[in-house]
Amino acid sequence: MKSFSYERAKTPADAAAAAARIKGARFIAGGTNLLDLMKLEIETPVHLIDVNGLALDKIEVLPDGGLRIGALVRNTDLAAAERVRREYPLLSRALLAGASGQLRNKATTAGNLLQRTRCVYFYDTNMACNKRAPGSGCSAIGGISRQHAVIGGSDACIATHPSDMAVAMRALDATVETVRSNGVERKIPIAKFHRLPGDSPHIETDLQPGELITAVKLPKPVGGTQLYYKVRDRASYAFALVSVALIQQKDGTGRVALGGVAHKPWRVESAERALPRGSKATADALLADAKPTPDNAFKVKLVERTLAAVLAHSKEMRT
Amino acid sequence: MQDSEDINRRELLIAGAVTAAATALPLASNAQDSGTSAPVIAKVTLEVNGKSASLALDTRTTLLDALRDHLHLNGTKKGCDHGQCGACTVIADGRRINSCLTLAVMHDGGKVTTIEGLGTPDKMHPMQTAFVKHDGFQCGYCTPGQICSAVAVLNEIKAGIPSHVSADLLAPPRVTNAELRERMSGNICRCGAYSNIAEAIAEVAGSAA
Repeated sequence: MKSFSYERAKTPADAAAAAARIKGARFIAGGTNLLDLMKLEIETPVHLIDVNGLALDKIEVLPDGGLRIGALVRNTDLAAAERVRREYPLLSRALLAGASGQLRNKATTAGNLLQRTRCVYFYDTNMACNKRAPGSGCSAIGGISRQHAVIGGSDACIATHPSDMAVAMRALDATVETVRSNGVERKIPIAKFHRLPGDSPHIETDLQPGELITAVKLPKPVGGTQLYYKVRDRASYAFALVSVALIQQKDGTGRVALGGVAHKPWRVESAERALPRGSKATADALLADAKPTPDNAFKVKLVERTLAAVLAHSKEMRT
Repeated sequence: MQDSEDINRRELLIAGAVTAAATALPLASNAQDSGTSAPVIAKVTLEVNGKSASLALDTRTTLLDALRDHLHLNGTKKGCDHGQCGACTVIADGRRINSCLTLAVMHDGGKVTTIEGLGTPDKMHPMQTAFVKHDGFQCGYCTPGQICSAVAVLNEIKAGIPSHVSADLLAPPRVTNAELRERMSGNICRCGAYSNIAEAIAEVAGSAA
C-alpha cells in the first residue's frame, strides 16, 4: 500500500473543498472497497478524507412522502429500517442479497453506489485494463468473460457494476444528492449517475473530481409487488451472474431493472411495456442489443428464466 | 506435554515469520508498505477489550494489524486480508466487522472487542463453550472470527435485522438453520465445520437448528 496522510472532515463542504485542494485525495467512509483496492495498489490515494464524522447517517421522511437516505447510512441499517422494509421492500431485499453481514455493517449508501467493478482483469495488475490503466487495452475481451457484461459494453471495456442496491435504486427512480468542491449542491437522477464504458471506462459516474455524495432520495412509495431475485454461483455472499429487480402493480404493469449484465444497473423504460406479456417479451426488449461473448451468452437466457421466476412469484403474490 | 508441544509449534512459526520478514519486508511490514513512499504516523487511541491503548501507527495500519502486531492480541486471525474469509472478524462499537478492511486510525476513540475480550480459558463465553461442545472447528484458524461473528449474529436477530432468507421482512426474524447459515456466510471454514457451527450457535440461542 502507498502511504497517505489522513484527516477527519468536519462538514460536507469542508470535505469537498479538501478533495479539490489536494490532488490524489479520496474520501473514505466504510472503506470496504477502497482499502481492498489500496492494498493491491489499484487505488493509490495520497490523502484520505474520512467522512464518517459528517452527520449524514439519518433517514428522513420527506413532506412528499419520499425518503432522504444519508450518504453514510450503513447497508445493514438501510435494509433494516422499518419504513424501507414496509414501503420499499425491493431496496431491503437487494441490500440483503449483497455482501456479508460484516461488510453490510460497514458499507455505506454512497459507497455502495461507488463500488468499482470486480472484473478479474481489473484486479490483476499484471493484465491490461482500460479502467485501471487507460489505453492499456482490455484483457476481458477475448479472455475469460463468464462474469462480464452482455449489453452496453464497448471495445474498451465489458466490466459489470457489482452493486445489488444500485439496481433497486434504479428501479425506484432514486436521485443522488451531492455537494461540489465550490459548495454548490446538485441532484443527479440515478439513471444518469452511472455511465456506460464507451472509450473512457475509467470514468464510471457523473461525479466531478472532489464532488461528495450527501444523500440518496427516493420518491414517494409506488407500492405494488416488489421482488429482487439474484442468481449466483453460491447461495450467499457472491456477486450476481444475473439479478432482477421487479416492481409490479395489480394490472401487470410495472418496472424492471437488471444487475450483473452491464456496466451500470440496466433498465430500459420502453421495455417495461412488455411486462404484461411475460418474461420472453420483456427479456427480448431489455436485451435487444445484447452482444454477449461465448463465455457469457448463457446470461441472456438466464435473464429470461429469472424474469419468468420473478413474474410467477409476483403473480402468486398479487392473486 | 500438551503445553510444551504448543510452545514448540508456536516458536517455530514465529521463527519462520521472522525469516520471511527479514528477507522480504524489513521495514513496517505490519503497515503493508510497498517500499516506495514515506510513512505517515498518526496517534491512535483504542479501547480494546475494556482497556485503553495509545499507539503511534503508520496510517496504513489496518485495525487487524494494530490488534495483532501492536497490541499482540493474536486471537484475531489474518486469512485473506481482503474481506472475503471473515477470519479477522471483531466487534467494533457493537458491530461485527472485517478488521482487515478498516484502518486503525479510523477507529481512534472507538471500542473493539476481540475473541480475547469475549472470554478466557477459565471463564469462557457461552458461544466458546458451545463451539467446544459441538466440535465447531477442526484446525481452529477461522474459529475466533466465527465466534465473534456468531455472538453478533444473535444480537442482530434480536435487534430485528432481517436477512436474505427472512421470508417476511415485517416479522421478527427467527433463529433457524437457514437464517444462521445465511447470516454466517461471511465466515469461511475450509475444514467444513459449518453444520457443527450452526448447532453451536443454535444452542446458545436456545433453539434447535
